[in-house]
Amino acid sequence: MIKHTYERIGETLWEETLENGLRVYVFPKPDFGKCYAFFATRYGGMDTRFQLNGQWLDTPMGIAHYLEHKMFDTPDGGNALQKLSATGASPNAFTSSAITGYHFECTDLFWENLRTLLEFVSVPYFTEESVQKEQGIIGQEIRMMEDNPNRQSYRLLLEALYQHHPIRNSVAGSVESIAQITADTLYHCHEAFYTPSNMVLCVAGNVDPERVCAMAREILPKEAKSAIPRDHGADEPREVFQQESSKVMAVAAPLFQVGIKIQPAEDGASQFCQKLLGDLVCEALMGSSSPLYSRLYTQGVINGSFYCCYMEYPGCAFLVAGGESKSPETVRDAILEEAARVVREGLDDGLFTRLKKAAYGSFVRSLNSFENLCVEQAQGYFDGQDPWTFPKVYDSITREDAEAFVRTWFRPEQTTLVVIRPEEEAQ
Amino acid sequence: MLPITERVLAPGVVLRAVQTKKFKTSMLGVTFLEPLREETASLNALLPKVLRRGTQAHPDMESLSAALDDLYGGGIEPIIRKKGEVQCVGFWGSFLDDAFVPEGSRILESAAGLFGEIILRPAGDGKSFVPAYVESEKANLIDKIRSEINDKLQYSLARLRRLMCQGEAYGIDKLGSEAQAQAITGEALYARYREMLETAPIYLYYCGSADIDRVEAAFRKAFADLPQTQRQPVPETISVAEPKGEVRRFADSMDVTQGKLTMGFRVGGGFRDMETVARFFLLNAIYGGSTNSKLFLNVREKLSLCYFASSSLAMNKGVMLVYSGVEFANFQKAENEILAQLEACQKGEITPEELESARRSVVGSLRSSLDAQGRLEEYWLNRFVTGTSYTPEELAAEIEKVTLAELVEAARKIRLDSVYTLRGKEG
Repeated sequence: MIKHTYERIGETLWEETLENGLRVYVFPKPDFGKCYAFFATRYGGMDTRFQLNGQWLDTPMGIAHYLEHKMFDTPDGGNALQKLSATGASPNAFTSSAITGYHFECTDLFWENLRTLLEFVSVPYFTEESVQKEQGIIGQEIRMMEDNPNRQSYRLLLEALYQHHPIRNSVAGSVESIAQITADTLYHCHEAFYTPSNMVLCVAGNVDPERVCAMAREILPKEAKSAIPRDHGADEPREVFQQESSKVMAVAAPLFQVGIKIQPAEDGASQFCQKLLGDLVCEALMGSSSPLYSRLYTQGVINGSFYCCYMEYPGCAFLVAGGESKSPETVRDAILEEAARVVREGLDDGLFTRLKKAAYGSFVRSLNSFENLCVEQAQGYFDGQDPWTFPKVYDSITREDAEAFVRTWFRPEQTTLVVIRPEEEAQ
Repeated sequence: MLPITERVLAPGVVLRAVQTKKFKTSMLGVTFLEPLREETASLNALLPKVLRRGTQAHPDMESLSAALDDLYGGGIEPIIRKKGEVQCVGFWGSFLDDAFVPEGSRILESAAGLFGEIILRPAGDGKSFVPAYVESEKANLIDKIRSEINDKLQYSLARLRRLMCQGEAYGIDKLGSEAQAQAITGEALYARYREMLETAPIYLYYCGSADIDRVEAAFRKAFADLPQTQRQPVPETISVAEPKGEVRRFADSMDVTQGKLTMGFRVGGGFRDMETVARFFLLNAIYGGSTNSKLFLNVREKLSLCYFASSSLAMNKGVMLVYSGVEFANFQKAENEILAQLEACQKGEITPEELESARRSVVGSLRSSLDAQGRLEEYWLNRFVTGTSYTPEELAAEIEKVTLAELVEAARKIRLDSVYTLRGKEG
């Protein structure tokens, strides 16, 4: 195994690529009683069209998430979620637009639990009956999200920012789309994407890294398969698809999101740099230490619910700022005006230096969480990024880089405003 | 084993500190414990928000944020919690631990100093707060209370607590009510502030690499100006052992696609001793507090009625809440099954597997709380509010001893008091 030592942040990382193509990472944590394991595949809500055994397949929206639910059924008629829970572990899983991850945390019986995790994720078992039955549960999960204004706002934002990119797909799908899912389609998707060379295993805890690899070698398929071609739609225009979008829901005051569409950098390392830069720009322009935040907050245009961050998925990147406001248009205009001022006058040097310091501190603080460590590492691996280079990347980012970022992307044609309006206001 | 050390800094001012080198952050907290009362709830909730706006040395948000950014992006955030009928009002802060600060500087003393500054030396003339800060935070508080409706589950649970516990302090929301918030004046708020500073018991908390002497010295210096007065004891929570009469039913309708079913139970009175806490902790995990619980396995997995069906307990109040998101048409079916599963517990229909799996899950979760700073803080606050001091390991050991007969005895005390449903507009 390869050992990486990151002295500035006090982390050690063991890395290995198995013969079947699986990448394994282990963070040794000798002071901790708990262990965390994360087993993920590069397959999410956006991967509905792909080539399997030479044929293009179009699968229903929401299938990756549906598959995640059904993976827990085991051939002995049992359920892996219950099996893991029975040892005292806390298991769970999630599906995002780009990945599906299965994980557990435990303080006892780690090796037994790791075996369960590797087995249930690699062995599919579906019957038409069990697939049918899941529609009731997922149908209620979809309904719950339909009533969640923040989720709905984010969905509208993605649909307005992008014209073709499948980030537009709802990860859970719709009640109609999931009705088309059969056991056969689930088997196809598992065959295509749950192959070790398309997956990563990350572990944090007081465990022997070699033993993690040995167990993965023993349980997972031996064969290394080549990558599956996927279709992520026609080329995406540089500009946003729609500049405004809105919906009426049962909310107290308007909820908004302002999105800024960004073209992702070419390779992993520059994408990671762009991500840290994007987050810094958010903070400098409108974060809680910025003059704009202070002004809008004092005027009562925004309140403590305001947030901003940089988001990225394969093939797309954007900034999002959101919260509650009685006048969302004012917020959007103020952000663009502040960007124009920064382009004219430049960023305050003292503010920028402090924000870099703060961003570094926040990144280190986030590493307390085993889940953050493992998920960051898995995402980084899939995206060809090394997240632990962050101290060096922060050192290299200059105020001029931030100003150039603002100049390039903070333009009306890159900007979308989404508003969830209360019923009374809409009438 | 993480030892917690206690120091009494002055009558009614207690410091509890956990010393450990395993985290990358240190966590600090300052909490005033107030009885939950109609007249003061909104005033208390507003106070830390106004204090956080500025101090004499850092009179506005920008300069206060700059001071925090300088401490590597540390955070000091207002936090209002409700523990039984105690309103916990104060601030919570997370800072980079000294070991990870690049220049090897010491952050603890500066961080504690900022807590003291925010709490003891607010911006203003020394006799009142800055009127603009009061007005803007009052408006934000009102927005926050109104926007409770955005999260349909939390809204339903708050409505259930209010309706079920009318006339009890537990029915009061931790932020008070919109009407109380509207009525707040700058004078009343400042008077409340002085009263809280002089009379409320204060709980100081630290978790990080520094030893207790250094932590005590830092807090003593930061809070040297705290009024030296006779403080109230920690407020009591008054519990109601049983429902007063027939099951009460409440319903609201709103523009939603999924219904929320929430049920409130009385469990024979509040409790805080380790033996009873251990029994109910375990019973709750068996009934609806884990992925192996009866509610999860039957209401979700067997009947496919919902995505979630869970229970939670307010132990010192003696109230258990059950909640689920279901189709409107399935309310009765779900309620019947939720009650049938409780009856099963009361009849002792708990298999050895169910019992052991729940035991492992509760013990595992207690053990892993030792590895998570936020959960550890919450655990120790609960102990302080209830006047107990058993460690997570001691509680785990007690849970190992609970017998089926003891669980059945506990379950038989549970009585349904009220049902609240949130329905769609049609039907």
